[in-house]
Amino acid sequence: MTFFFIVTLNGLTLAALYFLAASGFSLIFGLMRIVNMAHGALLMLGGYVGYSVVDMTGSWSIGVIAGGLAAAAAGAIVQAGVLGWMQGDELRQTLASIAISIIMADLMLWYWGGITYQVELPEALSGGLRLPLLGVGYANIRLALIGFALVTGLALWIFIQKTRMGAIIRAGVDDQQMLRALGYPINRIFILVFALGGMLAGMAGVIAASALSIAPGTDLQFLLSSLVVVIVGGMGSVGGAALGALLVGLAEQYGLAYAPTYGVVFTFAIMVLVLAVRPQGLLGRAEQ
Amino acid sequence: MNKLKLAVSILALSAASASAEDIKIGLISILEGNFAVSGTDAIRGAELAILDVEGSVDGNKIEMVSMSSDGSPDTAVAAARKLIEQDGVDIILGPLSGSEGLALRDLSKSYPNVTFINGSSAAQDTTLRQSSDNFFRFGGDGAQWMVGVGDYAFNDLGYKSVAVVAEDYSFPYTQVLGFMSEFCAAGGTVPEKFWTPIGNSDYSSVVYAIPQDVDAIFVALGGADAVNFLTQYDQAGGDKPIIGGSTTIDQSILESKGPFKKLLIGAPAGSPTVGDYDGAEWQAFVKAYTTNYPDAFSAPSIFAHHYYMAATAALLALDEVDGDLSNDHAAYREALTNLSFTVPTGGTMRLDANRNGIVDNFVTEVYEREDGTLGNRVIKVVRDVSQSLGQDPEAFLAMGPVSRDNPSCP
Repeated sequence: MTFFFIVTLNGLTLAALYFLAASGFSLIFGLMRIVNMAHGALLMLGGYVGYSVVDMTGSWSIGVIAGGLAAAAAGAIVQAGVLGWMQGDELRQTLASIAISIIMADLMLWYWGGITYQVELPEALSGGLRLPLLGVGYANIRLALIGFALVTGLALWIFIQKTRMGAIIRAGVDDQQMLRALGYPINRIFILVFALGGMLAGMAGVIAASALSIAPGTDLQFLLSSLVVVIVGGMGSVGGAALGALLVGLAEQYGLAYAPTYGVVFTFAIMVLVLAVRPQGLLGRAEQ
Repeated sequence: MNKLKLAVSILALSAASASAEDIKIGLISILEGNFAVSGTDAIRGAELAILDVEGSVDGNKIEMVSMSSDGSPDTAVAAARKLIEQDGVDIILGPLSGSEGLALRDLSKSYPNVTFINGSSAAQDTTLRQSSDNFFRFGGDGAQWMVGVGDYAFNDLGYKSVAVVAEDYSFPYTQVLGFMSEFCAAGGTVPEKFWTPIGNSDYSSVVYAIPQDVDAIFVALGGADAVNFLTQYDQAGGDKPIIGGSTTIDQSILESKGPFKKLLIGAPAGSPTVGDYDGAEWQAFVKAYTTNYPDAFSAPSIFAHHYYMAATAALLALDEVDGDLSNDHAAYREALTNLSFTVPTGGTMRLDANRNGIVDNFVTEVYEREDGTLGNRVIKVVRDVSQSLGQDPEAFLAMGPVSRDNPSCP
């Protein structure tokens, strides 16, 4: 029984990480209808930059912020420099973002090499503590993941629901053309949203590189998990991303614990089921 | 129409520019994803062998064309097909990873006019069962790479019961066999084996499923997988000693960055390649490696070492037949089969009846160098390890192919 609770806790903490990674992806899709395939590369960039900065300064928080900012800048450049020129042509934008993702991954391989990096954790997060009741050791960083996810989710919800900028973004989701007609600088808003999505990805990258590790291939792994999470949860909604992450995280851990060989199948079985029954995702709204 | 003519004449020109004596070697390695760093090092190994002969054998220029696979059998097959059909290579050198080797072994049967020389892929059945006449492996399989470790763990370290965590494909199966065949014969037990998907990053549930009453954990994971597992095991407060597989304790892992490494200090492992080995031939090889690649590792990895041996064998045999590859490589393959040469580890490499190498193997231990970096030091060298691990070949074959459940000694 203890093992079951531990696996559940593992699932929850993994879900927290998946939510952090998928939130930016979902945000960008929500407003711009772009399936940003460079999301994994942005995440990996954040992770690598975070590693270098932590290595240099010794401060983990500065590393997380630097990783977020680097990915935000890269995201803004991607939107302003490439995707912005293909406005309204979502398929082309998606294909271009695949190209960007491959180029970014190769540049990072060239600069950081192919070895595996791990970000050194601050004193408070490293090591583990003994869980009450269950009586086993558990890594602090994994418990902290749940905290990070809650804070990020809440901040994102407040930003989208309660601020003026959030209102503009929501209006953009509902009717882009009307927003444009009302005189809002939609191009600048798009760049900002992309930067914000990039920042979320970059910070998630540093956190992932601390809790797990980062190496070539990490980008695709998180891109895939983000895709599955938002497809299951529903594109473009914070709650959907959270629900999707929860299902995928739990499925993956139960799979790994009880049927390791077929673990991956569970994740995709959930996706197939959702696509068959509710193609817009569990909390997604159907397209008109 | 003009364009077509132009294209045809360019084709004709490029065909003519390759003189008849050029010998093309197609190199297959993994230059993307999880194993990219290992794959890059493999290429360095092959290049070193070509540098040894200064790029030509008996006046025949050696041209190397490299292709990347991503570690999956189908990309290795696609790379080989491209090298054979478009680049017209005579010899394929590679691949790097276990199941790729099985796929290329099968492919080699449909290209009888090309000679395949294995790189570092080390699944057992690549040569043991359904071997192919034109597929050669100048190296061991994963089981040969573990020789000595099971014995050392039971008799010297006193481990009676060991849990296994390994990736779920042919190479780790073979490694586990190599460990278990000695460990179980000595009287040890392996109560539980955890097979995880390649590229898995979250091992936390495996960490908690490891039984509390084992004495040690045998970890056969490669690249980032090893780093992830060890980190999470460390974070969860795990304190069982680790026994490493050949790729788990490779130099590329020891030089990765992160706090997980302290778990590895003192860990024994089996490996055909030891960075800090002090044999004269090895030191000369390390010197050639570090001189030519100052930015690479501090010593050649298992992959550089094996691609070096494979390329060296390919070139030595070419030299013996004066570059003559006529008659579907008949003379060349004869030369390969009878080849015997000194390898960087000091032993004599030669092939058995299945064209699999009879090799040197090391039992090693991870230690902290004075500058704080980690290295492997040699505890024991085992020479002349055959593919049947010193057992009667018939009896060894009768144990059946390795799998998740074979061997077993709970």
